[in-house]
Amino acid sequence: MRHLLSATAGLALMLASGPAMANRVFVSNERSNDITVLDGETFEVIGTYPAGNRPRGITISPDGTELYVCASDDDLVRVFDPNTMEELHTLPSGPDPELFVLHPSGNPLYIANEDDNIVTVVDVKTRQVLAEIPVGVEPEGMGVSPDGRVVINTSETTNMAHFIDTETFEITANVLVDSRPRFAQFTADGSKLYVTSEIGGTVSVIDPETQQITKKISFEIPGVLPEAIQPVGARVTSDGKKLYVALGPANRIAVVDAETDEVIDYLLVGQRVWQLAFNPDETRLYTTNGNSNDVSIIDVETDEVLRSVQVGQQPWGVVVAPN
Amino acid sequence: MLKGIIGLLVGAAALAQPAAAQSPDPVLIRAAVLRVDDPGLPPISRLDLPPADLGFAGARLAIEDNDTTGRFMGQDFEAEEVTATPDTAEAELARLLDDGIEFVVLLADDATTLALADQAGDRAMVFNAMARGDNLRGADCRFNTIHVAPSRAMLADGLAQFLMWKNWPRWFLIHGSHPQDQAMADAYRTAAAKFGARIVEEREFEDTGGARRTDSGHVQVQAQMPVFTQRAAEHDIVITADEADVFAAHLPYLTWDPRPVAGSAGLVPRSWHPAMEAWGGTQFQNRFERLAARPIREADYQTWLSLRIVGEAATRTNSGDPATLKAFILSDDFDVAGFKGQALTVRDWDHQVRQPILLTTGVLTTSVSPQDQYLHQTSQLDTLGIDRPETQCQFPETP
Repeated sequence: MRHLLSATAGLALMLASGPAMANRVFVSNERSNDITVLDGETFEVIGTYPAGNRPRGITISPDGTELYVCASDDDLVRVFDPNTMEELHTLPSGPDPELFVLHPSGNPLYIANEDDNIVTVVDVKTRQVLAEIPVGVEPEGMGVSPDGRVVINTSETTNMAHFIDTETFEITANVLVDSRPRFAQFTADGSKLYVTSEIGGTVSVIDPETQQITKKISFEIPGVLPEAIQPVGARVTSDGKKLYVALGPANRIAVVDAETDEVIDYLLVGQRVWQLAFNPDETRLYTTNGNSNDVSIIDVETDEVLRSVQVGQQPWGVVVAPN
Repeated sequence: MLKGIIGLLVGAAALAQPAAAQSPDPVLIRAAVLRVDDPGLPPISRLDLPPADLGFAGARLAIEDNDTTGRFMGQDFEAEEVTATPDTAEAELARLLDDGIEFVVLLADDATTLALADQAGDRAMVFNAMARGDNLRGADCRFNTIHVAPSRAMLADGLAQFLMWKNWPRWFLIHGSHPQDQAMADAYRTAAAKFGARIVEEREFEDTGGARRTDSGHVQVQAQMPVFTQRAAEHDIVITADEADVFAAHLPYLTWDPRPVAGSAGLVPRSWHPAMEAWGGTQFQNRFERLAARPIREADYQTWLSLRIVGEAATRTNSGDPATLKAFILSDDFDVAGFKGQALTVRDWDHQVRQPILLTTGVLTTSVSPQDQYLHQTSQLDTLGIDRPETQCQFPETP
C-alpha cells in the first residue's frame, strides 16, 4: 500500500513538473482490480492504481484527458484522470459492462452489457443514459465507423454483428458470423469491417455498404491445435495495410495483409492473448496476455516482439494515451 | 428525471425493432422436454434434492436465448415441459409425437431413454440430456438420438487424464451394488487401462436398503467408513462409482488411509458446474440464476444445450423446417458454443456431443479435461469416451 501511494505521489510530481511524457500505456487487470501504467518509451511500469471491481474494457478520450474503464462487477464505468490516475467520477453503464467504444468525436460512449442483451449509450459530459438498444444474447464487441455514423455490436451467443445507426439508435442490419464474435474493427477509411469469432476460429471481412461477408480469414499454426486458435482482439493500421489479430490460447498474434486479407505471419507472445492497442504513430503494438500476466510489445514495422513486461493479474484491455 | 430516462428507453426500444420484426408471422419452431421422474429415495445430502423445475429451467433459458436471436431471424421457439413417471412416459411421448413435435429432449434413465427413443423412431429427433449409458452410444445406439449428456466413458476418461497428470496412477476403486454403479465402475476400469492407471484394489459397498438420511446419520457413518476402507492395497486415490448416491459422499475425510476421494464424491467429473466462470460462463450462470432463482444443475445445462442445438441449426440454416434442421445438426458443418472454450460438435459414429469434462469440487472447477498432453489426430475431445475405431455403434446405411 505504501508502495502504491509513493508511486502515485511520484507520478503526480513528475507530471506536474516535467514536460509531457512519452505516450503512456494503460492496462486493465481483470483479476487484481487495477490499472498498470507503462512508460511507452522505456516500457517501465510507472505505477499500479486501483480501478474498481473487475476492470475490463478500457479507452481514452481523443484529447487524452479522460480514461474510461468498465468496472464490470461494479456495474459502472469509472473515469480517471490519466495524468494523476485519480478517479474523477463514474458513468452509468447498465449491468456488467464489458467492452465499449467511444464515438470518434469523444462522445457518447457505447457500452455492451453482456448480462442484459442491451447496448447502453451514455453521454460522457452530462453522464446521462441516452438509450438502451436491445441486441442479441451476450453483447460483447463494439466498433464504430470512422465517420461515427454506425456502431457495431457483436453478440456472442446470437453470433451476429448488429449495425446500429448512431442517429436513431435503430438496428439497420444483422450479419450472421461464426461462433462467439468478440470484437469489431473498421478500417480507417471505413471500407471494411473485421469481426473476430472466438469459437469459430475465423475473422469475417464485411463490406459495411452491403453488409455482406466478402471473405473469412482462417488460421493454421503448425503444432497448435485448431481448437486453441481463438481470435479475440483485432487492430488494423490506419493506412489499411496490416491487420493484427490476437489468437487467445494459441498465444500468438496473426499478422494479416489487410489489402489481400491473407495471413502473412504469426508472432509468439504471452499466454491467452486478448486485446491489442497501437501507440498513436502506430510504431508499436501492445498485447494483453491474460494467463502469463504480461504485456508484449511488438515493433509494427518489423513485426518483431521486442519484449514483454509483467503487469497485474490477468491483464484484459489496453489503451495508449494519444499525447 | 427518472421518468425522462424511461421515456427515452422505451422510445429507443421501439426504434430498435430489427428488420426481421417487420415480417408479420415469425416461423414457429416447436420442441418438448420430457422428464421421467423415478420415485426413488432422496439423495444423501439435502443440498442435492432435485428442484421442481429441474431441466425445465435450462429449457426456459434456451428458449429465451433462441428467441432473442429469433427476433432478428423471424423465428419463434417454444418448448413444452412435460413430467412423467416411468408408467406414463410412453403415453406422454405418444401425445407429443401426435401433436407433431419433432424435437424431444429426454431427461430419463438409460433404459427409459432407449425405450422412448425407439418409440420416437423417425418421427422425432431425440436429445438425451441425462442418460450416461455407454451402451446407448454403443451396441444400443439409435440414429435418431443425439447424446448431449456425456457418457460414463467420457467422465471416467476426463478424470483419468487428470489423475495421470497428477501422477496418481494407483486407484482404490469402490463401487456400489446397483447396475448403474457397476456400469460406472466398468468405465473406470476401461479408463485405467486406456491411460495407464492401475486399479490396485476393488471393493463393493452394498446398498442394504433403509433410509439414507437419519437424525443421527453421521454418528454411525463416522465409524463405518474407516472400517470399510481399512487394509486396502497401497493407493494414491480412492475412486468411487456410486451413481445411486448411497455412500460416496460420506467417504472424504473418513477413509482409513489419508487419501483424496474422486468420482462420485470429492473431485467429480461433470458436464457443468454452477461455479464455472471461464469462457463467458459467468454471464451464463447469471442469466440462469436470474431466471430460476437457484444455481444450475447438470440436467439444466444439458437441456439448455439440447435446445440451443435446435436454435443454432435454425439460425444457421435460416429455416424452421424440422427436416432441414435435423439434416444440418447431423452434417459436418454443424457446431455450437456451450461456454466450454471450444466449438461443440456431434460425433458421426454414435451421435455423442463432443465436449470438455469439468473436474469439480463442491465449490470450484479444479480442472477441465482433455488435459493438454493427450493429443488426437482429429479432435483432442476424442481422447474422451469411445473413439471411432472402438465404437460398437452401427447406424443403418440409409437411415
